[in-house]
Amino acid sequence: MMGKKKHSVSSAKKKQQRIAYGFVFPYVLMFSIFIIIPVIIAIFLSFTYFDTVRAPSWVGFENYIYLFTSDEIFMQKVLANTLKYAVIVGPGSYILSFMLAWILAQLTPKVRTVLALIIYSPSLTGGITMAVLWRIIFAGDSSGYLNSILLRLGMIVEPIVFLQSQDFLLLIMIIVTLWSSMGVGFLAILAGILNVNQEMYEAGYIDGIKNKFQEIIYITIPLIKPQMLFGAVMAIVGTFASAGIGVALSGSNPTPQYAGQLIVNHIEYFGFSKYEMGYAAALSVVLLFFVYLVSRFAYRLFGSKD
Amino acid sequence: MARSRFLGTKINPSRFHKSQIKYLLILSPLVAFMALPLIYIFNVAFKPLEELFFYPPRFFVQRFTFSNFVRLFSVTGASGIPMSRYLFNSIMVTVLVLFFSVLFSTMAGYALSKLHFKGKRIMNEINTVALMFVGVAVMIPRYLIVEQLGLIDNFFVHVLPYLAIPVGLFLVKQFIDQIPDELLDAARIDGASELQIYSKIILPLIKPAIATIVILSFQSVWNSADTSTVYINNDNLKTFAFYMNTLTSGTNGVAGQGMAAAASLIMFVPNFVIFLIMQSKVMDTMAHSGIK
Repeated sequence: MMGKKKHSVSSAKKKQQRIAYGFVFPYVLMFSIFIIIPVIIAIFLSFTYFDTVRAPSWVGFENYIYLFTSDEIFMQKVLANTLKYAVIVGPGSYILSFMLAWILAQLTPKVRTVLALIIYSPSLTGGITMAVLWRIIFAGDSSGYLNSILLRLGMIVEPIVFLQSQDFLLLIMIIVTLWSSMGVGFLAILAGILNVNQEMYEAGYIDGIKNKFQEIIYITIPLIKPQMLFGAVMAIVGTFASAGIGVALSGSNPTPQYAGQLIVNHIEYFGFSKYEMGYAAALSVVLLFFVYLVSRFAYRLFGSKD
Repeated sequence: MARSRFLGTKINPSRFHKSQIKYLLILSPLVAFMALPLIYIFNVAFKPLEELFFYPPRFFVQRFTFSNFVRLFSVTGASGIPMSRYLFNSIMVTVLVLFFSVLFSTMAGYALSKLHFKGKRIMNEINTVALMFVGVAVMIPRYLIVEQLGLIDNFFVHVLPYLAIPVGLFLVKQFIDQIPDELLDAARIDGASELQIYSKIILPLIKPAIATIVILSFQSVWNSADTSTVYINNDNLKTFAFYMNTLTSGTNGVAGQGMAAAASLIMFVPNFVIFLIMQSKVMDTMAHSGIK
């Protein structure tokens, strides 16, 4: 039967293929223009010197060599800040979102919905839009809320200029980012936990699981691996995407004494302030590669293939 | 006995049980930390000018007033453009982005999930890798592209970069994967075209996923000040998020705080309301969000 109809089947297939291309075309077009091509251009430019006035000239690996050997600000401040920031915010927001989601799942639906809404709401606008609010709280004179509280408690004698301070800016950035990081990944994990089949737990307890901790390790996490992976990727991306926060808080790029300078700010500074597009592109490639590496690690942990 | 203890502490309980008290105790300081800044901004936004100058500063507003909002709406930027213009731009941009991003990602999601064509597998893989894409990393090549396309100072530069959201497509595709093929095959036998299947069967079934894209797109476009900063020089074409940023970064004075808080509130409330309306649908979608 298949043999007889072969011709019409394959033409129907071709037709469906044409229709399918029509369906994906608009997305693919936008995806190419704003995601694929920029990445390709970034890789190309990273091997050139380009000041936006003259055409890019090929310099080989010079940008990368300069980046890792001679850019002292990058090695001493930017890289150190980025690592510190990423190591705390990435896993921190991830672990926090799992913990919060798990606890919320132990509560009744009404209570859970209200609390989940509160926890999720800071991520709605993100830290950068809300920077104004944090600037008031951490304001450097005695009108700042934190300063005024600390002064009244007698813990400090004069106000601390938090947002211009080398000691505090990065810490505040981390707090603000964590505050606004309970986003899509958090919701995915919460939904995953809520959808675990109740019988799995009952079976687990019959098989000798004794407490909540074992329950999490042996039942919950293995069953929601796909959501855990999605949450991990969202946490990693969110960490790097929110990196503009230091500039938003301190009001300047570079941030005071480079205290809150992250790779993203460094890219912006070289690209739009110094017009060294080739060098900025090399930084972009390093950043993307870094995000990719960290995500692969998450895939190793939670992925079902490779 | 052991069994009853297990049921008392089970996931997603339907009734309150005293074992839940400890969880509430652990959560309450964290929830307070999450909520405090929002409560705070709400209070500052409604404070009259003299309360903003109180020393020591007080947390709660004592005499509610809309004066900050009135000042916000009456003040015109340095360029002489009224705030309503920025708000209008933002609303236009947001509506366009929502419509087209939903259209593009549901169309692509349908094809990637249910239709057979060459390159489908690789496209799915590329999109999954693109989940890791950090947009700010390529701001410079993007700028060059936008410049080449002649989109600098063009209204549509607010819209176009936001139409392809890998996370949105990913969630939609995962959601469509749950729809049984038999349903679509039955429709095909009845003579429905792919376009009819997409619009009459798929779209109504994936409302939760659509709600999720709406929220994700809304957040990224409504809150974005970057487009106005980087691609737009003409003040008539800038958006409310940009205006709010100039307002807040320009005014460090106490008097500006009230206006800045009012503006932040205007930024925040629509996000919140949309999520509130759609939250149960979003949770439906998120159940299928896993990367396998």
